[in-house]
Amino acid sequence: MVQDNGKEETLALKLRVWRQRRGQPGAFEEHALAAVPTSASFLEMMDMLNEQLIKAGKDTFAFDHDCREGICGMCSMTINGMPHGPLPGVTTCQLHMRNFRDGETITVEPWRARAFPVLKDMIVDRSGFDKVIQSGGFITVRTGSAPEANNIPVPKPIADEAMDAAECIGCGACVASCKNGSAMLFVGAKINHLNILPQGQAERDRRTLAMVKTMDEAGFGNCTNYGECQAHCPKSITLDVIAKLNRDYLRARVKEFFSSTGKPSKGGD
Amino acid sequence: MSASSCSSCCQPSSIGKKVVMALTGLVLAGFVLGHMSGNLLMFKGAPAINEYAKWLHDHAGLLWAARVVLILSVIAHIWVGIQLTLENRAARAGGPADEATRRATVASRTMPYSGVVILAFIIFHLLHFTFRTVALDGAVYGDEVYNMVIAGFSSKPVAIFYIISMFLLCLHLSHGVSSVFQTLGLRNERWRSRLDFVALAYGWIIALGFISIPLAVLTGCLK
Repeated sequence: MVQDNGKEETLALKLRVWRQRRGQPGAFEEHALAAVPTSASFLEMMDMLNEQLIKAGKDTFAFDHDCREGICGMCSMTINGMPHGPLPGVTTCQLHMRNFRDGETITVEPWRARAFPVLKDMIVDRSGFDKVIQSGGFITVRTGSAPEANNIPVPKPIADEAMDAAECIGCGACVASCKNGSAMLFVGAKINHLNILPQGQAERDRRTLAMVKTMDEAGFGNCTNYGECQAHCPKSITLDVIAKLNRDYLRARVKEFFSSTGKPSKGGD
Repeated sequence: MSASSCSSCCQPSSIGKKVVMALTGLVLAGFVLGHMSGNLLMFKGAPAINEYAKWLHDHAGLLWAARVVLILSVIAHIWVGIQLTLENRAARAGGPADEATRRATVASRTMPYSGVVILAFIIFHLLHFTFRTVALDGAVYGDEVYNMVIAGFSSKPVAIFYIISMFLLCLHLSHGVSSVFQTLGLRNERWRSRLDFVALAYGWIIALGFISIPLAVLTGCLK
């Protein structure tokens, strides 16, 4: 914020930042950081901290970041206990320091979940999500030249709903905010995105069963309907996707149970 | 059924376990409504509740069919509930040093604890009014259910334990009943707040219905 005298307001902060090497126990380190402009993003503030550390000849803090415009899903810090910080509906890179007070102590730590082991400092291994996607987060089509866009008609409400689910950037805030370390919001978003579109129908049941199985094997917890994921999702994806994931999973299991083997049963006529 | 689906039956998925919790929870939530409605016959007088109890005991087949369903539901609900709780604790791996909660309700966060107290209550309640081996001073009541209930709740600590347990049941139901719809995929943003309200109202109706009896005995309205 710009003050009356034309100068930008700055903050002096106390930072408690997590320091950890892979496979070793971690701990918080305390650092003071002065003259942080309120217009800086949270990641820019972390850059300032790292520059200060480099000048002092110390090790920097490692953290994930990429696009810095809120669409890639790379940034992943738990700020004061909240994934992506105190502002609902934004990623860490789009969180600005004007949302903090002068003199405030800010705690910065990695995503906390068994399925996301810490690689270094604030960087966690999110390959559990990749495994879930690999098991069914796609449609199988012959690639080549781009198909005619209107070959497969998609009703507008369906397109909108799929687009809402496809907003998920796979950052993992749902897992980090869930008190059970559950990935249901992520898996629900991916399932909904593909399962309601005409292109996703052929593999609908197989996809649902495979992605849930992979999710369980990757060590994520179970959903108990806390709703923390929705409250922390930077894309404001709702619990609707979890209800629909449950519905699709039940439907797929029932269909699998009563599927035809194509052969008469033994002793049948 | 293929071999893989057989092994997945034996090791249910996370959603499979939630469905077990939802369906058994639905049976138990339905049961407490029936039980509470029957109990309210206390206010109609001794003959009404005694006849109702006698009618139940005269239909042993029906009674035992209901009991078997309830016992199986309770066992499955507790067994899967313990599994889920332990898995979830492990998956959370301690959580952040600075824990923040935006919207998880007290009811949702205390489900295992309210569940344990309700289990302790059920055990005591069965010993008290079904097997009649505790807190009744060895008196034999037979079909005189009315007198048994009055005698049972004349003890202040017992009545207060019943009342506290019913408040915890209200808490448990207020999250559980709404979660049934979510787990079975029958909820959306439009319906969520309405179903949360229905669950809360259901919890209060059940709890107040049950509480009315020990409270009436304590205050001398039922003698």
